[in-house]
Amino acid sequence: MSDYNFAYLDEQTKRMIRRAILKGVAIPGYQVPFASREMPMPYGWGTGGVQVTAACLTPDDTLKVIDQGADDTTNAVSIRKFFENTADVAVTGQTSEASIIQTRHRIPEHPLTEDQILVYQVPIPEPLRFLEPRETETRKMHALEEYGLMHVKLYEDIARHGHIATAYAYPVKVEDRYVMDPSPIPKFDNPKLESPAIQLFGAGREQRIYAVPPFTKVVSLDFEDHPFEPARAEHECDLCGADHTYLDEVIIDDNGGRMFVCSDTDYCETRQSAGHRGKFSPKENAA
Amino acid sequence: MYVAVKGGERAIDNAHAWLAEERRGDVNVSELTLPQIREQMTLAVHRVMAEGSLYDPDLAALAIKQSRGDLIEAIFLIRAYRTTLPRIGYSDPVDTGKMTCDRRISATFKDAPGGQVLGPTFDYTHRLLDFKLAADGEVPTANHAIPQTADMPRITDFLNKDDLIQTEVPSDETPPDMTREPMEYPANRALRLQTLTRGDEGFVLGMAYSTQRGYGRNHPFVGELRIGTISVEMEIAELGFSIEIGEITLTECETVNQFTGSKSEPPQFTRGYGLVFGQLERKAISMALVDRALRWQELGEDNLGAPAQDEEFVLSHSDNIQATGFLEHIKLPHYVDFQSELELVRKLRCEAQAAAHKEAAE
Repeated sequence: MSDYNFAYLDEQTKRMIRRAILKGVAIPGYQVPFASREMPMPYGWGTGGVQVTAACLTPDDTLKVIDQGADDTTNAVSIRKFFENTADVAVTGQTSEASIIQTRHRIPEHPLTEDQILVYQVPIPEPLRFLEPRETETRKMHALEEYGLMHVKLYEDIARHGHIATAYAYPVKVEDRYVMDPSPIPKFDNPKLESPAIQLFGAGREQRIYAVPPFTKVVSLDFEDHPFEPARAEHECDLCGADHTYLDEVIIDDNGGRMFVCSDTDYCETRQSAGHRGKFSPKENAA
Repeated sequence: MYVAVKGGERAIDNAHAWLAEERRGDVNVSELTLPQIREQMTLAVHRVMAEGSLYDPDLAALAIKQSRGDLIEAIFLIRAYRTTLPRIGYSDPVDTGKMTCDRRISATFKDAPGGQVLGPTFDYTHRLLDFKLAADGEVPTANHAIPQTADMPRITDFLNKDDLIQTEVPSDETPPDMTREPMEYPANRALRLQTLTRGDEGFVLGMAYSTQRGYGRNHPFVGELRIGTISVEMEIAELGFSIEIGEITLTECETVNQFTGSKSEPPQFTRGYGLVFGQLERKAISMALVDRALRWQELGEDNLGAPAQDEEFVLSHSDNIQATGFLEHIKLPHYVDFQSELELVRKLRCEAQAAAHKEAAE
């Protein structure tokens, strides 16, 4: 693919995206409009994340791409391959080895460090969108810090269901100012939003970039009498025995038999190779 | 025993190989050539150029071939290619009054200087399947007239002379470029027209149709519809003057809309405007109707709450590449989110059942 520039985008475009990223880092949680480009993959399939990653990548980087926590889901494979072809960078499945991690729907279980950038793919960057469909209105609401509507929505959930009925894309407040959509990560991951790594969010179709700089305060919205609770399936991983990770439920037979496995495949494999075992782990060969 | 799914990469490669095979179809049938598509599927090529925002019939033909005739997919290929092209500069504005017209009609006047020129139109064809075409596509040569050399004046200019139609104020302001700046609302008219001309034909048609059926009615007449070729010129800084860089086919539509006047404007006719690459009259007319509907504010009309009057609604949903991408992304795995919903629903159900149980016991 020598016809294309390093990491596909031309340098002018990357510069424009970097400016948006810097602005985002300077105003944590604020959605910066940027002139998103058409990418060779469809809108809604990670074009925002891909543009942010392209603008951050250097030839020395090591890239990891995950979707649903897994490195081998089709879209993660496709995006990783795109950067292997267009930027020729090293890729890895290991969280600790990567300098840039592009993710969809999860934050890796392995704690991130100051040397890492986590890039999120964002479908709808506006946390208020489903309460107010108009961009002209929601921008005003952010400017005036008018978040009453969101609190009313959460309150109504409690009044109706006894709980806040948001399980993913759970809204947060960043550095006591902007209410932000953390992208559709399960709320289990919300506490990990306070991180030593730089977190960048790219929404291609909606033309927005935002950021959470390292060690920024990120609070999941809640009420004193209904504190935020991260949730996970109350099981252990059937492959590595972890009782503290986010689990996928997999149907294994026609009778509704199920097993639970870590959604973060790298984390699970690392634990298994360290000797951790779960209910469905292959039996060790007696030596 | 469940093994975490591996081999996504191989599956993708195999899927693509199969797709290529399906695209080719039966190898006993000769392969389509790009000139065949360009010359015989011309209107598909035009649509791909218009919505792909790139005037290149050969590339559009290639995109149609590659996409197996899925025009939105073809438009996507063109858009993705287009973004990688360096922006050398901007052409001079084209003067459509100087267009060499293949077709030029007005519905508001029986005749006008320049005449009514029907041109190669489907209008007035009876939509009967031509079974002869299945066997033999050769056609007798059409009659030729002596080409008109005089400029064809715009119909609306006649109305303008009598002050019967609202005058468009010329402006030398550089219009915004929606491919280089993020969309911002409220948009000005230039930005709206840019969005509409590359908008999905079906969507713009639907919006236009809705105004005709009463959702923001603005009673349009086709003042003029013209299709033809026009040369594109660009000023070359080193030369200090403009040179012709090519010729393009355009369809232009100006509607004349009834307007009874408002607090700020006297009763006079108003305009809607449509301009698209290629021969795409349906799109150009639709565009003009939607353009007119979106002008309610500047003309001091009432907001009727009609979808076609809602700038943010129309502009943010007109792009079929954005729409199809987001729509189809729900095919991607969402099992992490689904799992969290599953846990929540289980919890809520559990509590609801416990409450019902308790009530029954009391």
